[in-house]
Amino acid sequence: MTIAGLDGAPRLQRAWDSRAALNFIGGGAGTGLLLAAAAALPAGWPYFPAGILAIALIGFGLSMVWLEIGRPLRALNVFFHPQTSWMTREALVALPVLTLAGLAVLLDQPFLPLPMQAHVPVGIVAWAAAVLGLAFLYCQARILHASRGVPAWREPALQSFIVVTGVTEGLGLLLVLGLAVAPPAWTLTASIVALAARAGAWERYRQRVKLTAPAPAIAALNQASIWVHLLGHLLPAIILMGTLMMPSPAVAAAVAGVALFVTGAWLKFVVVTRAAFTQGFSIPVVPVRGR
Amino acid sequence: MTRYVMVADLRRCVGCQTCTAACKQANATPPGVQWRRVLDLEVGEYPAVRRVFVPTGCQHCSDPPCEWVCPTTATRKRADGIVDIRYDLCIGCGACMVACPYEARYKVEKREFAFGDEPTADEALRADESLVGVATKCNFCADVVDAGVARGLKPGEHPEATPACVNLCISGALAFGDIDDPQSRVSKLLAENKHFRMHEEQGTNPGFYYLWDEHP
Repeated sequence: MTIAGLDGAPRLQRAWDSRAALNFIGGGAGTGLLLAAAAALPAGWPYFPAGILAIALIGFGLSMVWLEIGRPLRALNVFFHPQTSWMTREALVALPVLTLAGLAVLLDQPFLPLPMQAHVPVGIVAWAAAVLGLAFLYCQARILHASRGVPAWREPALQSFIVVTGVTEGLGLLLVLGLAVAPPAWTLTASIVALAARAGAWERYRQRVKLTAPAPAIAALNQASIWVHLLGHLLPAIILMGTLMMPSPAVAAAVAGVALFVTGAWLKFVVVTRAAFTQGFSIPVVPVRGR
Repeated sequence: MTRYVMVADLRRCVGCQTCTAACKQANATPPGVQWRRVLDLEVGEYPAVRRVFVPTGCQHCSDPPCEWVCPTTATRKRADGIVDIRYDLCIGCGACMVACPYEARYKVEKREFAFGDEPTADEALRADESLVGVATKCNFCADVVDAGVARGLKPGEHPEATPACVNLCISGALAFGDIDDPQSRVSKLLAENKHFRMHEEQGTNPGFYYLWDEHP
């Protein structure tokens, strides 16, 4: 008989739960949306709705982390270790991202009598927020990679997936917002490219993690993968290719956008909460007892 | 230089969990928290299967991933190799817990006692409220080691300067000391026996060695 927890078998980590997953979901989609919104500005697309939604998503994710930490009143200590901690770097980058995105939202409001509006083009501020947003997203990818105790997270291929799915989810949300104001035509093509890239990044990650992750982690990833390929890649790809030939594709594109966002969020939820098995313990030799 | 390490002789450990109990008594850790625990592993393949008891806990890595990821600098490696936590800095984010390949860290959300709502006499004396909501782990009884060294005692030889788990190990399976001192017990044990470290492929250079021997 072995005692539970002492058999050395891989076990699901409990340090980070769905609140941590929501940070990766909100942060990824929010920063992806900042990028998509900045890119859509030259076509005359309003920054306001996307900017507000992106700020809300990133802020929501960070607030979930705040709720998860054991000592929330000490939260400012998170800034103490930029030398090596990607969590510190994420927090440091979050400040200018949210500030610049908020400023871009204000600058995009012609009815607000901001003296800066005449001097600072909203595009520059929006792009600054988008670039820093990508840095924020990269920090999130590195946070997972630095988690050496969880084979499904430390796999290097997860980093590219986290970045690519963040951008894809952002484009998906832009398509959803397109129900109110039609997005530029290029967003449909870009979404097709992004979802293809995400499918590739996910498969690359899944194939590589099979080599190192424990069986229950691989099973969790495989189970999610089937549905995500169907509903998050194949279905939106068909819809988006159809929209290229539609005269008014907003509703269909929004459906595809929802699929891109929801499935990306689901994959991150699965990676963070269901595939997060430790590597467990094993010994490379069989010692002789009693010597 | 000094680097304190621990050595566990897998040929001697009988899985009695006395080290676990000693640690819990010394540190008054709450239920479910075992800074020193003994794994009960089955190794080999049928019919050549053996049961092996493997003491584990924080491996006091010289390249500790928990220290890199800590956003607050609460986790620090000391000059003598002991990886310690400043509980007044820790925010309980859990980054170190998922970074540790040895599952050595714990976090509790509320103060709990071993037997019901009231603390035992030992818990009343030793349980520390500052360890609630933060990451905790073995620190090789650093306060005992420091106090002993300050008195001129040698960790690993004098019980007053040695971690509780080593002091109370009934089979002499656990040893502690300075690996940079060729005369220390741990240095001699490592020189005279075959040994390995857990998950060396992770590149953390752990300070916890396991002694073993081949079939006679």
